[in-house]
Amino acid sequence: MNSKKIKNYLPQILTLLTIILIFGFFTFNAQINMDNRGIDFGFGFLKQEASFDIQFSLIEYSGTDTYFRAYLVGLINTLLVSVIGIFFCTIIGVIVGIARLSPNYLVEKLATIWVEFFRNIPLLLQLFFWYYAALRALPLPKDAVNFFDISYLSVKGWYIPKFVWTNFSIFFYSVIVAAISIFFIYRFAKKQREETGKYVPAFLLSFLTIIIVPALTFLIAGVSLSFEYPVLSQMTKTIFNFKGGVGIPPELMALALALSLYTSTFIAENVRAGIMGVGKGQKEAAASIGLTTGQILKLVVMPQALRIIIPPTTNQYLNLTKNSSLAAAIAYPDLVLVFAGTAMMQTGRAIEIISITMLTYLTISLSISALMNWYNKKVAIKEK
Amino acid sequence: MIKSLKSFTYLLVSVALLIGLQSEAFAAKKSKTLKNTIKKDFVRCGVSQGLPGFSNADAAGNWSGVDVDVCRAVAAAVLGDSGKVKFTPLSAKERFTALTSGEIDILSRNTTWTLSRDADIGLTFVGVNFYDGQGFMVRKDSGITSVNQFKNGISACTNIGTTTELNMRDFFNSKKITYEPVAFEKADEVVAAYDSGRCDTYTTDKSGLAAQRTKMKNPDEHIVLPETISKEPLGPVVRQGDSVWEDIVRWSLNVMIEAEEYGITSANADSMKTSENPQIKRLVGAEGELGAALGLGNDWSINIIKQVGNYGESYKRNISDTGILPNRGPNQLWTKGGLLYVPPAR
Repeated sequence: MNSKKIKNYLPQILTLLTIILIFGFFTFNAQINMDNRGIDFGFGFLKQEASFDIQFSLIEYSGTDTYFRAYLVGLINTLLVSVIGIFFCTIIGVIVGIARLSPNYLVEKLATIWVEFFRNIPLLLQLFFWYYAALRALPLPKDAVNFFDISYLSVKGWYIPKFVWTNFSIFFYSVIVAAISIFFIYRFAKKQREETGKYVPAFLLSFLTIIIVPALTFLIAGVSLSFEYPVLSQMTKTIFNFKGGVGIPPELMALALALSLYTSTFIAENVRAGIMGVGKGQKEAAASIGLTTGQILKLVVMPQALRIIIPPTTNQYLNLTKNSSLAAAIAYPDLVLVFAGTAMMQTGRAIEIISITMLTYLTISLSISALMNWYNKKVAIKEK
Repeated sequence: MIKSLKSFTYLLVSVALLIGLQSEAFAAKKSKTLKNTIKKDFVRCGVSQGLPGFSNADAAGNWSGVDVDVCRAVAAAVLGDSGKVKFTPLSAKERFTALTSGEIDILSRNTTWTLSRDADIGLTFVGVNFYDGQGFMVRKDSGITSVNQFKNGISACTNIGTTTELNMRDFFNSKKITYEPVAFEKADEVVAAYDSGRCDTYTTDKSGLAAQRTKMKNPDEHIVLPETISKEPLGPVVRQGDSVWEDIVRWSLNVMIEAEEYGITSANADSMKTSENPQIKRLVGAEGELGAALGLGNDWSINIIKQVGNYGESYKRNISDTGILPNRGPNQLWTKGGLLYVPPAR
């Protein structure tokens, strides 16, 4: 018994010891080499003034802020492009995935071409294509592509109208109230169906709630919305730019485009695999009890398909987030460019900054993973 | 049991190996750089990824430029052959790490000497081989002729990880102009962005602007504005902590400048051995023991002058004759109204 225990634990303890030793060796070695070269180690620099500006930031930032603030700007920009990418790649992926199973020859072939095309070209190349070939070929602001005088597309970016709200907070709370009501509408509908068998049009009711409740705030609570349109202004004889509105820099557009198109192909394949993974008998059984095609998809196929789709899709979301670090290649100020780029160069603190950056990506990835695992558990078969 | 014994042995061996490596790290000795350079028989030099006049490789892979010549001078001094240099092209972002990690021994890459770089990150600047300042380039047809005409919302392209990024902010802030900084990693990407109209102005050191202008599709369509917004003393850098190597690089550069001051060129260096002037004789190694003080042979300085030339020759060959900057500007000897003033080699 005792020798069996040793046999079980000894290799594990030794492995752990080796890992600690190796880690210790690298730390020790780095420390000695840094001492030899007169480099000190510490995170005090995070409180120093960054003294460089960043092209694009969602939070208040200026060069007088600290390196930590610059880190936050980079982090938020990384999250922004990841969220945009995940949003669009999911929508495109689901549509293309379903289209690949379409009985319509043309639709099916187009979806196949889409997947094979965007999946088989390296992401960096696609990014370069969008940024250096497609978006750089856009006209100068003076000759920008005009969308109904409210939105303009130029080499300097895409300018869209800005929402100018009064009493935005009231509107915001009304949306929250609507969302909570929808939750109860669905609960009520489910209860009604289970207890009395009556069908309550929950979707229609929810739809009306989300429209009517916020709309009421416009009428009675003094909420109003106006638009600030971008206007072309002349800076010098030949230099023009847009004033007002919101400018989306071409770097962000290119990155979001490349990431969502590339990742959409993998999601499309996941969706296709998920739907195909649901047994044919399930659909036939559903059809035989008189469900419509839409109901079959919604009530029978999708709940089962999701179980197959979600785990590999989590992987794709993680990949997309990590791939967003390619931003550095096209000057989008993400975490890598701002923090592991400019900040690292200005402070020279390579080890500290790279460690922080790696830890940050690890945290983001683990959070996405945790969220998706939670969702996966929710849709998994519940054994009773 | 046998299996776990076997893996235990493996572990013991690997632990022993690790400890062995550890003691190697302790064995660091003084002036390792000089010893290693002689052993390898080439100087490891970090340069730019292509900046005409400073460090630029031709189609055959031959490097030239004033920054390149500093490394060649060190090779001539230490190894007697200016050709024994291995050049490593580095981005602005990579340069300091490459030096501190020991990948290169000299960084000669149009690098600005600042206090924080000198003091904080384990580097030592050994001198200045080019006095520069930051400027702006704009398209001629924009009608802009001075930085005072810049307006709110101007977009400016530059390199990340440079002093340029910091100066740019100081400049626009002091002028109370809002601007959009667009920072790329490679100089070529910055130029392409500016050329396509993504940015209204391109800012970097003026010498860099002049050099990049020659690379543009149509150089005549662009002008460099007259204002200089910063001091940019560019010079070679070495790792902190090897004072012998630091002295060798510093005095290799100083010899080039002093040789020009005394009129010694690559062509007349040999004949200068019989000069009446003792300082000239010292510089060509006919008098004194200057080389020995640096741990080098006494022909170290004449090798530099004969193989690389004096500072003026290097400047003419790389910067004036290539049409980058026709005039010496501040990079003229102090005796002729410039800033080049080096301590005497004696």
